[in-house]
Amino acid sequence: MSRSNMARPIMAPWPLVMLAAPLLPFAAQDGTALFLPQLPIALVLFALTVAAILARRLPGSALGEALLLLAGVAAAYAAPLVLLRQGHALSQAGGLWLYVAGATLLLWRVLALLAGVNGPVRLAGPALFGLALVMLWEILTRGFQVPTILLPPPSLVLTAFAANAADLWDDFRQTVLISVLRGYLIGCGAGFLMAILADRVPFLARGLLPLGNLASAVPVVGIAPIMVMWFGFDWQSKAAVIVVMTFFPMLINTLAGLQSAERIQLDLMRSYGAGYWRTLAMLRLPCALPFLFNGLKINSTLALIGAIVAEFFGTPVVGMGFRISTQVARMNLDVVWATIAVAALTGSLLYGALALAERHVTAWHPSFRKR
Amino acid sequence: MPAAQPAPLTLVPPAADAAPRTIVDVRNLTLTYQTADHPVYALSDVSLSISKGDFISLIGPSGCGKTTLMRVVADLEQPTSGEVTVNGMTPEQARLKRAYGYVFQAPALYPWRTVERNVMLPLEIMGLPRAERQQRAREQLDLVGLSGFERKFPWQLSGGMQQRVSIARALAFNPDLLLMDEPFGALDEITRDHLNLQLTRLWLGTRKTCIFVTHSIAEAVFLSTRIVVMSPRPGRILDVIDCDRDLPRERTLDIRESPEFQRIAHRVREGLMEGHSYDD
Ligand SMILES: Nc1ncnc2c1ncn2[C@@H]1O[C@H](COP(=O)(O)OP(=O)(O)OP(=O)(O)O)[C@@H](O)[C@H]1O
Ligand SMILES: [Mg+2]
Repeated sequence: MSRSNMARPIMAPWPLVMLAAPLLPFAAQDGTALFLPQLPIALVLFALTVAAILARRLPGSALGEALLLLAGVAAAYAAPLVLLRQGHALSQAGGLWLYVAGATLLLWRVLALLAGVNGPVRLAGPALFGLALVMLWEILTRGFQVPTILLPPPSLVLTAFAANAADLWDDFRQTVLISVLRGYLIGCGAGFLMAILADRVPFLARGLLPLGNLASAVPVVGIAPIMVMWFGFDWQSKAAVIVVMTFFPMLINTLAGLQSAERIQLDLMRSYGAGYWRTLAMLRLPCALPFLFNGLKINSTLALIGAIVAEFFGTPVVGMGFRISTQVARMNLDVVWATIAVAALTGSLLYGALALAERHVTAWHPSFRKR
Repeated sequence: MPAAQPAPLTLVPPAADAAPRTIVDVRNLTLTYQTADHPVYALSDVSLSISKGDFISLIGPSGCGKTTLMRVVADLEQPTSGEVTVNGMTPEQARLKRAYGYVFQAPALYPWRTVERNVMLPLEIMGLPRAERQQRAREQLDLVGLSGFERKFPWQLSGGMQQRVSIARALAFNPDLLLMDEPFGALDEITRDHLNLQLTRLWLGTRKTCIFVTHSIAEAVFLSTRIVVMSPRPGRILDVIDCDRDLPRERTLDIRESPEFQRIAHRVREGLMEGHSYDD
């Protein structure tokens, strides 16, 4: 116990800026500034945070200190929300914002402490960071009364999310489960097969690679309407856009991967009299795996962008792109933000799943090696 | 024939003596690498005949074409002119029949395969059943002193250990012809002595034909029936020294102290220095 106590580094002094907060106004009511002693709940919360800082050495472990300080941070983030609920105006409340700023600096220490703790608690760090960002977004947009057209607070987005859950699910199914998934599989699959073909037939590679540069320079907004004209409103046109966007990244990455086998490794296969296909399966494809995953990861984000943008140019009345374009026109920015949140979450999950699979499959690669 | 085993120390009469069968025949071999700026003359008019059961060491200064010569025999490099036959076939036919095992100058292990699965690679290609693959891999790893490392990955091993894995891999499919390019170059003296002993025993027991590249004169004399001394680039054969006449086939490490051994070593050194003499 005492050893882990010793191991904890000294806290940087920056969170102490909040000690200056009582000198400045904490809120305003009908144009008159209110100070901390006039706001009993804020006073209690502030005292809680300061007490947490003062008592931080008492818990026996880093985890204990982190939890104590986290309570202090939570109190600070609760203060503006409570004051808003009581009908106070906060845009001039310098003391309150100093308090919140100090608490945010305190959160820094909490995260640093958690990063040093072993076990599953470590994972709480990133989650806390994300949560704090959302909290600050909420506090700042409401405290400074940012117009919801510009940036709605997350609580509003969440409400919109709940109110439109059925629509959002339909959009998700149409855009992600139908268009993106099919387009992605077709595009990546075709790019991969073409790479294997181009690797066998060198003139094909020489002809295709310049074309690849050309295709990657073509803007989505240019091809999307054309594809909608060719393939109609439904998922086929979205999938076509995605195929155009993902084909060449996959082709180029696979080709580079197939060429990454070293000469001596190829000589070994040759010395065993192994033919083309056996060499491909036992040497060149394993060598290409890191490159393949690179292509797949790049394409996962490209596919999502492609589908959403393509839906701007015509779609059955469902889909994430359709939702964004119609709700922007109606000034329902909260629904737009909810859709954006779904898209961002989907993109991160796709990418994360691929990264996880990569780590599992290519654990031998120098970038992942562990003893 | 069963998998290569460390042979019991019984002297096998060299059957090849009666009617020496030529395994590798190199005639007037010349090889020029066409590089971007200027041609590199790697081998010039090399002729060499290797009989079954021979242990040939190639020795010569760095860059003289030893690896190149082996690669031609292995059909990994095409000669500019000259004739090469392996087992009476062209090198390509011999390669497709898996006539030789090649230990490359670098380990050339596949990093996504464990040590054991690296050794099993040629056996997989030859289509051996799983149980036999595993058994042979274990035997060979044991022979090179690496049992217990089957499940490790190559990058978790030291350079010398990796090279031993590649030796085990070449031995695993029991080829009659072994091409070994500085297999013990990265090893310490003691391990090297140990593996030299293992190699002579293996060679005596199985009567494989070996072509062996080394920079160590002592190693060459200890292992070989004949030593081929090569000149600096373009590689030519300066001298072929017969060790079989003066040294017994069955050798132990203390033979290195004998006067015959010293005499042969001296002659190899002379040959090497002759090749270098124009430098001065
Ligand atoms: N692929 C290649 N292209 C061009 N030149 C080459 C190539 N391979 C080898 N050479 C040249 O041929 C010559 C002989 O090379 P080789 O690898 O056979 O030498 P070596 O005797 O094995 O040397 P070392 O003892 O250092 O391994 C060298 O000068 C080298 O520069
Ligand atoms: Mg060499």
